[in-house]
Amino acid sequence: MAAVTAAPAKATPPRRLIGKYLQPAAFLIVGLLVPTIVTNVPAFEDRWLPLTTMVLCAIFVLFTLGLNIVVGYAGLLDLGYVAFFLFGAYTAAWLMSDFFFQIDPGIHIWSAAVPTAPGINISFWIVLPIAALVAAIAGVIIGAPTLRLKSDYLALVTLGFGEILPQVFRNGESIKGFNLSNGTKGIAPVNALDMYWLSWTGIVDDKINVFDYTTRYYVIFALCLLFVLVSIRLRDGKLGRAWLAIREDELAASLMGVPLMRTKLWAYGVGAAAGGIGGAFYCVSLGGVNVDTFNFQFSVIVLCMVILGGMANVYGCILGAVILTWVNYTGMKEIGNAINNTFGTTIEMPHYQFLIFGFVLVLMMLFRRDGILPAARQKQSRAVDEQIEKIGTEEAPA
Amino acid sequence: MSSTTQAVRAGGREWNATNITGSALLVLVAAWVLWNFIDAPTQTLQVMILGLCNGALYALIALGYTLVYGIIELINFAHGDLFMLGSIFAAVMIADVFGQETSNPAGWLAFAITFPLAMAFCGSINVAVDQLAYRRLRKAPKLAPLITAVGVSFIFQNIGILWNGSAPKSRNSVLPSGGLNIGAISIPWTYLFTLAITVPLLMLLTWIVQKTRQGKAMRATAQDPDASRLMGINTNRTIAFTFALGGAMAGAAAIMYVQTNGTTRYDAGFQLGLIAFTAAVLGGVGNLTGAVLGGLLIGLIQGLNDGAPHGLGQEWSQSVVFTILILLMVFRPAGILGSQTMEKV
Repeated sequence: MAAVTAAPAKATPPRRLIGKYLQPAAFLIVGLLVPTIVTNVPAFEDRWLPLTTMVLCAIFVLFTLGLNIVVGYAGLLDLGYVAFFLFGAYTAAWLMSDFFFQIDPGIHIWSAAVPTAPGINISFWIVLPIAALVAAIAGVIIGAPTLRLKSDYLALVTLGFGEILPQVFRNGESIKGFNLSNGTKGIAPVNALDMYWLSWTGIVDDKINVFDYTTRYYVIFALCLLFVLVSIRLRDGKLGRAWLAIREDELAASLMGVPLMRTKLWAYGVGAAAGGIGGAFYCVSLGGVNVDTFNFQFSVIVLCMVILGGMANVYGCILGAVILTWVNYTGMKEIGNAINNTFGTTIEMPHYQFLIFGFVLVLMMLFRRDGILPAARQKQSRAVDEQIEKIGTEEAPA
Repeated sequence: MSSTTQAVRAGGREWNATNITGSALLVLVAAWVLWNFIDAPTQTLQVMILGLCNGALYALIALGYTLVYGIIELINFAHGDLFMLGSIFAAVMIADVFGQETSNPAGWLAFAITFPLAMAFCGSINVAVDQLAYRRLRKAPKLAPLITAVGVSFIFQNIGILWNGSAPKSRNSVLPSGGLNIGAISIPWTYLFTLAITVPLLMLLTWIVQKTRQGKAMRATAQDPDASRLMGINTNRTIAFTFALGGAMAGAAAIMYVQTNGTTRYDAGFQLGLIAFTAAVLGGVGNLTGAVLGGLLIGLIQGLNDGAPHGLGQEWSQSVVFTILILLMVFRPAGILGSQTMEKV
């Protein structure tokens, strides 16, 4: 406790300068060099940090940044983030495959599909903004009737949408005879990632091969980078300050002239757009969608990433997303294997995944509530809070 | 807790667009029920009664949510999973410890002994979690205890997997099979029994909250914890007691669930927990009678949707429940019995 209260005094100007650029620089350097490091160290490549996991990490970074805008900036608890992920993924699946085979000859716009293929085949780079838009519209539609509610109810309604939508898509094999989503079979295959706009330079191929994780990683990393910039610029701008004001005190914010509904809807829209982009990339990267991917667990895990890393701090969120995704997809298994190999045990670590996950969450909340990399603002207000709390306890008889 | 207060809605019923749309929806639902009833009276009545009995289970779980929410404004995400642990506990006690598989006097005795044990089991786990985790977060922002509850829910689920396996296990009921036949309608004894247990439990709970000293302390703490402390109420003990009560209700629901549904599964808590929380909100969260009413109502609607001739069928069950929830939130955010003025914002 003493350390926290002393922190503002210790921060002298030069340290602050380092602190200011440390997190962005670390993110950029590590993010850019990861594929090189990974492919050159066999232990990473095969076991500890495969590129497949890194691609997933980056996708989850995008989701986490999106949710951070809704939860971290605007303070609206959203438990149904999976809805936007779903919209993004299905938009990509609809527009980049022969799913609508009724359309024959198919529509082709710079697509990686064979020219004779039926259905809608549009370039990923055109689908991307469409997916973002679809998700954003969904976000606004979900948000509009519910934003008047107080936080807990809002959480519940978003959760409701997050439950309904996957069920609609699961049962959507024949809605009045129309096949909306192909039900539990999902939509596959989806066209490969096309790169015509960059392939003339000779850096990349026209179409990204299924096994080419390096290029895919750089694509999603670029999208993450874009969203980091968007997040930071928005936070420092008028809209961002309005979000923070609403988060801190809604009534005070509205009295100061912040239009509540519009500001909140923007948060939903922007946050959802990130979910849509992430979803579209996820669909293309995996080459298809399966409705079982979209469950409540996903919403909760992304929320945990935001909170674990440090709410409202972009780099905290990135760290949280990378750590949890890695633990989920690679870490738990490999740590288990390592323990088994060293001590000759036969512990099935993945069986204890949720146990460990749960304990980490609980312990984080109890002992480091603001996350691994807390936002500067949170750190300050926390220090003040603790000072106030102390005043009461010091005077009270033990 | 921010001290903002929402504008209190003017008394009396205003006829605005929201109200009219809400009422129109209600009329539509009533018409749909009537349509089912006219088309297939016995089938509709049958599913309604079965739905009602399922609703009694939801009500018991919803009580746990509503009690805890009422006192510390925490959506206890782990509550559904607590119920799940209780159901495994009850099944293991009856089948493995007492070795009862069929309906006979020994089986009934095992059930009678396990019943309070399951309640105590769930109650004490709930209290333990509260004292170990939530208690330290009483003054924290609302999100912190909520995330903690999510973490606890993960822990419970994992324990459930380790205890029960990742596949559902079928369990034999020790209560009499068959049921009561009224004309063409038959109601299984287990369902009737569930109903017969819920009602006294609810009455007991209402009595505790409304008439006893402890209940008074609970109500006071719910209204203003700081002021209650100044009045000499041990708020921490009161909150722990509330968790114990909520847990005990989940335990009772758990053993009845095993008897009526005949399975234990590690993810049962998730589905039922969501439905039960919807029930709690439907009735006006923090309101005991409301929770029971909400539970019964959701059971009824679910029963009709799943089984009635013009229902959408089981695969839409969850969607129907949550659509109701969302419509309710839009048209009547305080729930059926909740009042706008009582709401602490």
